[in-house]
Parts: sequence; C-alpha cells; structure tokens
Amino acid sequence: MAQRHPTRNESTCTTELSGDEAQAIPAGAPIHYFESQTRRIWRRFLRHHLAVIGGCVVLLLLSMAMFANLFAPHDPLSLDTQRRFIPPLTNTSFVLGTDEMGRDLLSRLFYGGRISLVVGLTAMFATIVTGLLIGLIAGFYGGRVDNVLMRFTDTMLCFPQVFLLLVLAAFITPTVISIALIIGLTSWMEVARIIRAQIQYIKEQDFIQAAFALGASEFRIMFKELLPNALAPVLVSATLNVANAVLMESYISFLGYGIQPPLASWGNMLTNAQSYFDLAPWLAILPGLMITLTVMSFNFLGDGLRDALDPRLRM
Amino acid sequence: MVRTLLEVSNLVKYFPIKRGLFSRVVGKVHAVDGISIQVQEGRTLGIVGESGCGKTTAGKTILKLIEPTAGTIRYDGNDITAFSRVQMKRYRQQMQIIFQDPFSSLNPRHTVGAIIAAPLEIHHLVESAEKEDRIAGLLRKVGLSATVMRRYPHEFSGGQRQRIGIARALAVNPRLVVGDEPVSALDVSIQAQILNLMEDLQDELGLTYIMIAHDLSVIRHIADKIAVMYLGKIVEMASRTELYHNPLHPYTRALLSAVPIPDPERERQRIILKGDVPSPINPPTGCRFHPRCPQRFEPCDQMEPETKTLADGHDVACYLY
Amino acid sequence: MFQFIIKRLLQAIPLLIGVSVIGFAMMHLAPGGPLAVYTLNPTITAQDIERIKHVFGLDQPIYIQYLKWATGMFTGNWGNTFFGGRPVLDVILERIPATFLLMGSGMSLAIVIGMLIGILGAVRRYSVFDYLATTGAMVALSFPTFWFGLMAIFIFALKLGLLPSGGMYTLGGEEGVLDLLRHLILPTVVLALVLVAQWSRYTRSSFLEVIHQDYIRTAKSKGLSDFRILFRHAFPNAVAPLIALAGIQLPWLFSGALVTETIFGWPGIGRLFVDSLTMKEYPVLMGMVMLTAAAVIIGNLLADVINALIDPRIRLE
Repeated sequence: MAQRHPTRNESTCTTELSGDEAQAIPAGAPIHYFESQTRRIWRRFLRHHLAVIGGCVVLLLLSMAMFANLFAPHDPLSLDTQRRFIPPLTNTSFVLGTDEMGRDLLSRLFYGGRISLVVGLTAMFATIVTGLLIGLIAGFYGGRVDNVLMRFTDTMLCFPQVFLLLVLAAFITPTVISIALIIGLTSWMEVARIIRAQIQYIKEQDFIQAAFALGASEFRIMFKELLPNALAPVLVSATLNVANAVLMESYISFLGYGIQPPLASWGNMLTNAQSYFDLAPWLAILPGLMITLTVMSFNFLGDGLRDALDPRLRM
Repeated sequence: MVRTLLEVSNLVKYFPIKRGLFSRVVGKVHAVDGISIQVQEGRTLGIVGESGCGKTTAGKTILKLIEPTAGTIRYDGNDITAFSRVQMKRYRQQMQIIFQDPFSSLNPRHTVGAIIAAPLEIHHLVESAEKEDRIAGLLRKVGLSATVMRRYPHEFSGGQRQRIGIARALAVNPRLVVGDEPVSALDVSIQAQILNLMEDLQDELGLTYIMIAHDLSVIRHIADKIAVMYLGKIVEMASRTELYHNPLHPYTRALLSAVPIPDPERERQRIILKGDVPSPINPPTGCRFHPRCPQRFEPCDQMEPETKTLADGHDVACYLY
Repeated sequence: MFQFIIKRLLQAIPLLIGVSVIGFAMMHLAPGGPLAVYTLNPTITAQDIERIKHVFGLDQPIYIQYLKWATGMFTGNWGNTFFGGRPVLDVILERIPATFLLMGSGMSLAIVIGMLIGILGAVRRYSVFDYLATTGAMVALSFPTFWFGLMAIFIFALKLGLLPSGGMYTLGGEEGVLDLLRHLILPTVVLALVLVAQWSRYTRSSFLEVIHQDYIRTAKSKGLSDFRILFRHAFPNAVAPLIALAGIQLPWLFSGALVTETIFGWPGIGRLFVDSLTMKEYPVLMGMVMLTAAAVIIGNLLADVINALIDPRIRLE
C-alpha cells in the first residue's frame, strides 16, 4: 500500500462539508446555501408584470367558469321573445342585455365561458399526453422509430388546422368532449417536437448512462429519469395550448360545427352576430372580447413562464 | 490464488461516420482498436492516455454500455460479449461505473435518496422498510451524513457529488468498478480525498478497479498495473513500479517526462513530442506512434508491432524491443 | 446545391404520400362513407347504393381504391361534385385566384409591416416603442380573426361607411381595379393581423441575435452608418430563419383565409370549403384538404431552397 496523499482536512471521513465550505458555515446550522431552484424561477416570473396579470386573470376566469352557476343571475337557456335585444347597462335585471331569443347575455357569457374553458383545458390535456408520448418515444429510441414518428408529425403539420378540424367536426357528433378531443389531437405536433429535442439533449447526460449501467429498464429510464427533466417546456406548452384550443373552439363553433346551441360557448354566441349588427352590436362585441381576454391571458402567462423557466429559450 | 475477474481480448470499437443523401457510411472512427487486458480480483488496473486515445470508450465498452464491434469480454469466466440487455441485467449488479462529470452524473430532479435507492429498486435488493437504513449506511460509508438523503444534487459540491456517485455504484455490491476519470473534474485537494476514499473502500469490500485517467500522478497513486493507450491501442502495460522505473515505450517515456516534479532543485529532461495526435479516423500506417516518435526507424511505418511480453510481465508494442 | 434540392425533393415525396394516406383515411372515416349523401338519404334503396358503389369503384379492396384515388389526384382527376357533377378540380380552381389574391396581399402586408416593427424593436430594444410593439404583438395574436373582422366591418363599414362590408366587387357595378382594392382592404388587414404579430416577433428576435454578433460591432467601429449596417450586414444574416417562418405560416395562412373569407363573403376556396361542408360535398372537401396540404409542402420546399441560396451554411449541412 503506497503512502496516502496528504489531505488538507484529515477528519473528512465523517463530516458533511469539506474544504472551504466547512469554514463558512458553523457545524449543525441548516444549509440554505444554494437558493432553491423553484424560488429562483418564481422570482424571475414575478418580474414579468404582464405575465403575473395574465396569471391572475386566468385564475379569475377559471373560478368564473367553475362557479358559473353561482355568478350567473339567470338561467342561460331561459328565453323570452318579449325581451329580445335589450341593450346593456339599461336594465338592472339584465346587466349586459339580452340576445335575439331574450336570453340574458351575462349569464350566457358565464356558462359559455365554462364550456369554452373546459374544451380548452381538455384539449390541452389531450395534446400534452399525445405530444409527450410521441416525443418521448421518438427521442429515446431514435433511429427508425424516430424517423417514422417525425415523418408522421411533419405530415400532420401540413394540414391547416381549421380545415382539418372542420372536416373532422363534420364527421362526429359535436359534444364538448368530442370537440375538445379533435382540437387536442390536431395540436400535438409542436409539443412532440419540443419534447423530442429535450429528450435527445438529456439522453446524452451521464446520469442516463448511469441508469443504463445500473440495469434500469427502458420504461424506467423514459418515465422516471428522462421525463421529470423535460417538464419545464411542457408547462409552457400547456399554457399556450389552452390559448390556442380556446381560439380553435371559437372558430369552429362560430362556423356552426363546434359546440351546438342551445349550449352556449363564446364561439357559437357569435354565429349569428353578424346579422344583428344593426340591432344589437353588443352581441358581437362582448363574447369576442371575452375570447380575446382569455387567450391573451394564457398567452402572457405562457410567455412569462417560458422566460422564467429558461431565460435562454428564445421564442 | 488470485483469480482473473475480467479478461478482455482484442476488443475493438469502431464508430461509423455517415454522410450523404442516404446516410452512407463513409468512414470509421477507430476508437478502440484491439486491446487485451486482464484484471485480477482485488487489484487496480490503471488505463492512462491523452484525450481521444479511446480510454473512456474502452471503459464503457468493457461494461457493455457501448456495444463492442469485435473481440471478447470475459467476466468471471463468462463470455458476456454478445449478451443482450436482458441477459446483462444480472451482471450489471457486479460491474459498476463512476463517471467523470459530477454535475451531469446525478439526475437533477431526484433527491440523493432517490438516486441511491434506484439501484436497490431495480434489482430488488431490499425490502421497502429497510431501504432508508440501507441508503443511510451507504452514505455513511462514503463519508456523508445520512441527512443528505432528502436534498438535491445541486446543493452539493463536486467532491460530495462524486461521493454520492460512489455510493450509488456501491449500492448493488459490485465486484468490479470502472472509474472513468473520477477525479479529473475536482480540485486537487478534493481529488486526494476521493482517491483515498476509493482505496479504503477497495480494502474494505475487496473491490476490483479499472481506473481511467489522463493524470499520471493519480494513476501512480492508485494503480497496481498500468496500461498506456495511444490512438486506440495499448502501447505498454506493466506493474506500477516497473512502469515508473523502467518505461520502455517512447510514448510512455514522453508522458512520464512531462510529470512535474515538486522539487525546484531537480531538473527534468522533458521529451517534447512533435506534432498533434492524429485523428482516429485515419490512423497512421504501421506503428501508430511513428510520426511523432523520436526513436523512429526502418520498420516503424510498415507494419504494426506485435505486443511482446518481456520479463516481469512487462508488455510493450514497439520495434525497439 | 443541386444535391441539396434533390435531397429536399426526395424528403417531400414521403410527405405527399403521407398526406394522401391521411386524406384518404379521413374520407373513409366519414359516417356513411364517401357516399354519405346517398347512404343517409332514406329514399335511395340498398340496391341503388350497391349500384352506385360499383360505379364509383367502391366495392374494390381498399388499397386499390387508394391507388386509384391517389393516381387520380396526381393526374388532376379529382372526381365530380355530388350535386351538379362538375369536375371538382375545376370547381376549386375557379376559386383559387380570389384566395391567392387575398393571401398574397395579406402576407405581403404582414411581412412589410411586421419586419419594420421587428427591426425597429430590435434596434431600439427596451424602448417604449419596443415594449408597446412586443405587447401589442401578443395582444394581436390573441384576437380571434373572425371577431376582429366583425369589429372591423362594424366600425369601418357600418358606422363609418368608409369601406364595403363584404364581397369582392360591388354588386352590379363595373369590376374595376379600384373597386377591387376597396373591397380588398379590410379582409387583407384582418388576415394580416396575426401574421404581422408573428413576423414582428420573429424578426425582432432574429435581428437581436445578429446585432450582437462581433461582425456587426466591427462594422460599427469601422464607422459605417447604422442604415448601411442594418441592411447590408445584419439583414442578410437575419433573414434566413424568417424565410423559414414564411413556410411555417402557410397552414395558418390558409386557416385564416378560410375564416376571413367567410366573414367578408370573399369568393375564394375558404368560402367554398364552408359551403361544401353544409352540403356534405366530400369530393370538394377532400380536394381542398389535399390541395392546401400540398401547397404547404411545396411552400416549405421553396422556402428551404431560397434559404439555401441565400445562406451557404445551410447548403453545406
């Protein structure tokens, strides 16, 4: 046995810290030496004022949607042709006026919001799950599997989403879930690409090699080792996806192929708005305003999240 | 009688270079070009060489983290060269690796406890009730307190993370541990600590090491037998004393002459090699070292020299002998 | 260079095939199959349907149907419309000029204005203008195109009476260029809104990347005017990812055109699409889906080739 190399701190075999660190912190003190990553991200996020506002509005809209029945003064379906086209702010009972069938606009906006947001969130969920699976498998296995999956992704990207959605919507019975699903299943391509790129990068890290060396199964490596490290862009994607999904739902509902009346969604509330421009412009203005507000808030939130989670990530 | 734990014969690893419309193979990187080593149980083999000589690839190929192109690997008498991932799983318990980069070798999203628990879970080594105790024991063995279990890798220094990496490797009770430049990324004083730790563990647990490094003083400290690699081939292999007192191959001599001597009085005779290391895509003909060899002569650029075993088990591949 | 073009062309072919497979699959997924308008009609007997199936070749194995349909697509035989029996290709082709006019002007407007805003924002980073532009872009991206169109019609056509509220020409009037332009303004602006937002963002970030490079700093220290630096040094290097953007925007351009045409009664393929939906004219729908997808593939191919022409680094990849 050769001579041991002299070490600076001979009693290192049992202490936690060695070298410089030991001098900086007294023994036994709690070590908040390194700022938690979460806190750093949170601080970065808070610096984006618009993102924070967007986040608050999102929360507001979500609670509005969840508790629509508490907020809405009337049943959105109750119609009375006697009280059609009441303008907003003229009637205390119908604060925002009524539509062409005498239904209270405010209540319809609440319930419509619920529908639009449910569609948006469900579609986002379908998109994320699909995109994650495809991206994960393509990124992990590489080679032929990757090739096939990416060709498929590229092919799907060639179709304009609205065209695709309308054709699919014409095939199915348009319920909330089915509309949400077709939107979700036509929006996953970007997510898959992003995830795949992330996975390809992380796969090269030593700790993945270590997992292979330990004999971990492919399943374990994909879902326990790789996936948790790829979640940051997923969060950003998810937020931006809700925005897109709400927008898509409004497009196809407006054209009459999405959510069907009498069920209200912000999109289908605008279907006939063009015809009533002279009589009741507010019917066209208000639902669209809500859509814009919602989409905008999710967009700002997503943008802020993207900057907070990785300032180096360009748009 | 000390048994041979690992026997590698003519191990070859080529990486294909693809180019063109249909990804045609236009060349190969001759990363590892026929190396043969034997490691006795309980001993340490050091593999030393410059960057790009193929030593890291060799280490990973021996563990079958990279599939070999040719050659055989015998572990404890069993030929594992062609084993599939499933077949290897049993052997993975016996052969582990410690990585060079302490910052990328631990999953940043897992707690230290989860990182060390992973091998225990994969091989079903403990009941869940005993898991925490087992992890605590492992941490203590590498010189860390059990409380680090709940913390995340980024909270620790490079040296501490290497300790965690060692604990993870030890969790499966391996017999063979490959250290892929385990201290290269650490400060010098920490290097000493980690090396001492590894030596203590070797004594305590009867481990067999393959240490890969480019730093000769590190290798000198820890290895019993040393193999010197150049451009994918082993040019010289000998016991530690033999190599340092009687280096035969010109390349080994040049390497040793470059090691600083901590004595301002003594003058070194430095052998400075001309030129750069050639690319492993197009290795030189004959002896790979001949373009830079100060003692090159007639046969050196014709054919590759055979590896001769001289007295005292000193192997060398050079026409001078 | 030539090899690059060949390579890209070869990559485009599997895409076209993939698109055709998906399109074919969609057609057969339709409830009632490709003959929905007949099978869902209660007055047509089962025997009639069998006969029709035979005439249309629908009783053959599916891969034969696919091959026949695919070769038909290639040779321009896109079948006939259900109502009226006109060749689908003709029906679509006669609407294309209107849509291309709209898409073209929308894209041009978007590029010009978007790039200007983006460049200004990049050059005057963190200024009030930049902040407003960035935020404005985000807001613009959030407007539903059709709603923006509705609002535009409301304000400019109904309330201010400045511009016509729809159609391509004034009914009954002579179809002069000036009249066309008047009708073109609102739809173009509406269509361009989202595109402007995307162009300004991408241009800004691309220019920001380029401006901070050392060669720009060198140019500045040589004493070149800002203008010259911008257009002779920065622009050619920043423009490559933007050309790619044009390709990526194509699907969106079609989607947006569909919606815009519906609002403004613009007689293009978007309107045709919506009308065909109502009437369940599957051949026309399929034809348009395929057409738009093929246009996207070709558009991206062109964008890649132009990029390779401009940026030698891409050619040598």
